[in-house]
Amino acid sequence: MNTKVNLCGIQLDNPVIPASGTFGFGYEFAEIYDINVLGTFSFKGTTLEPRFGNPTPRIAECTAGMINAVGLQNPGVEKVIAEELPKLKKCFHKPVMANVSGFSVEQYVETCRLLDNEEQVGWLEVNVSCPNVHGGGMSFGTSPEAAAEVTKAVKKVTTKPVIIKLSPNVTDIVSIAKACEDAGADGISLINTLLGMRIDLKRRKPIIANTMGGFSGPAIFPVAVRMVYQVSGAVKIPVIGMGGVQSARDVIEMMMAGATAVQVGAMNLVNPFACKEIIEQLPVEMEKLGIENLSDIKRI
Amino acid sequence: MKQSLFTILTNEPLTKDVFRMVLAGDTSAITASGQFVNIQLDGFFLRRPISVCDYDETTLTLVYKVVGQGTEKMSGMQSGEKLDILTGLGNGYNLEKAGDKPALLGGGVGVPPLYNLCKKLIAKGAKPTVILGFNKQDEIFYEEEFKALGAETIVTTVDGSYGVKGFVTDALKDVEYTFFYTCGPEPMLRAIGKAAKTSGQYSFEERMGCGFGACMGCSCKTLTGNKRICKEGPVMESEEIIW
Repeated sequence: MNTKVNLCGIQLDNPVIPASGTFGFGYEFAEIYDINVLGTFSFKGTTLEPRFGNPTPRIAECTAGMINAVGLQNPGVEKVIAEELPKLKKCFHKPVMANVSGFSVEQYVETCRLLDNEEQVGWLEVNVSCPNVHGGGMSFGTSPEAAAEVTKAVKKVTTKPVIIKLSPNVTDIVSIAKACEDAGADGISLINTLLGMRIDLKRRKPIIANTMGGFSGPAIFPVAVRMVYQVSGAVKIPVIGMGGVQSARDVIEMMMAGATAVQVGAMNLVNPFACKEIIEQLPVEMEKLGIENLSDIKRI
Repeated sequence: MKQSLFTILTNEPLTKDVFRMVLAGDTSAITASGQFVNIQLDGFFLRRPISVCDYDETTLTLVYKVVGQGTEKMSGMQSGEKLDILTGLGNGYNLEKAGDKPALLGGGVGVPPLYNLCKKLIAKGAKPTVILGFNKQDEIFYEEEFKALGAETIVTTVDGSYGVKGFVTDALKDVEYTFFYTCGPEPMLRAIGKAAKTSGQYSFEERMGCGFGACMGCSCKTLTGNKRICKEGPVMESEEIIW
């Protein structure tokens, strides 16, 4: 049984990747298991400047999922490089995926340029779901032109594979994925969270201080499978599937929808061993399905 | 942090909406009073963070209030049922700061974590004064339990239906103390922040995602930098809190 896959020229022991924002910089999990069993992981979304993020409450529960409005809290790229990456090196010995956010093309470019110099960074995952402060607050990921502009600019200053992480809160995700591919992206990851909201009935106010937030968890899995299927049918570059993945069977389903690798997000927060358990279960499910090599799985 | 299965031994009401659940299981990850556990419940996506009221080598005592659907479900659980629990979460109180006569100030469902703290302080030879604040008489719980530990115990009620009329700060005025430990609703913590004559430690509450430092869902700003209530907290020093 072979679980290895190739993601943009780098071999992964398995396709399981904890998603950005659900795994910090790895240490909380390294305390309880050897995180080197992972394919890789995508570290906490990093911006040029430090960010505290949104006011609390930032979390609301939903049926089979949750809403978060953390607001990209992170110490800023300089501290990530100076403090987080040296610590990470001690507990994780594989290439890591650097997740990058920005509020202008210039911020994306500078953050990616700095992280591209870091030896342990294997891939840059560029989250284009943030609002563009120069574009009236519209997210970069909601227009093919803006997403392509970020992709092109980042590609110019980087040597490592650039994966663009797309928002599902758009009318035509395929056109945005294609625009990123045409602009030079090496891969696409999707889906980011769906915009959601919950109301506290007693207070008659939104539960989340920011009113709305990103909905994730098993409830969004079918939406994610559908979008991965649509995008992977339209682009030639690798696609990383994510959104509500909670089991080895879900990983295989994502791969049958066209994903090369699969990220696991919200489940890490309720079961800190989720990714380890999924990785252990993969060969069992492969055996049942008669799959010898995971990389043989073709988009249906 | 440890994930393990606990078995419910007893689950009984203390007041109309406060319950005490005693569980058997592996408590080895719990290292300090004031830590919390995070409980998985069938049918709910996120875990429920609940402060540890008391623990020993083999049992865990939780005193919780029914505030939503998750705790409602917990209140209906029977002895023998099993729960998946993450233990050893958060920093907990620091006993070394107590001095001879610490004051322990609890408000409502903030009372439980002070119980194990009180037990340990007495074992260390300190003489704690415990002030428990409630709205009215029928909400009072754990007065007898604190007295049984040998602690000087004062109860306050907002409506004056039992004990000292007013808030815990009204009773605190007449107490000599070397340090204080508190847990309760934020308005109470703020009032203590204004009234206190010494340094102290406050335990805070926030809606959490994971409870173990991964999601940044419960961050707060302090004078010593950003902290996660679930990881660097829930206990904070009076000197670092930004009110």
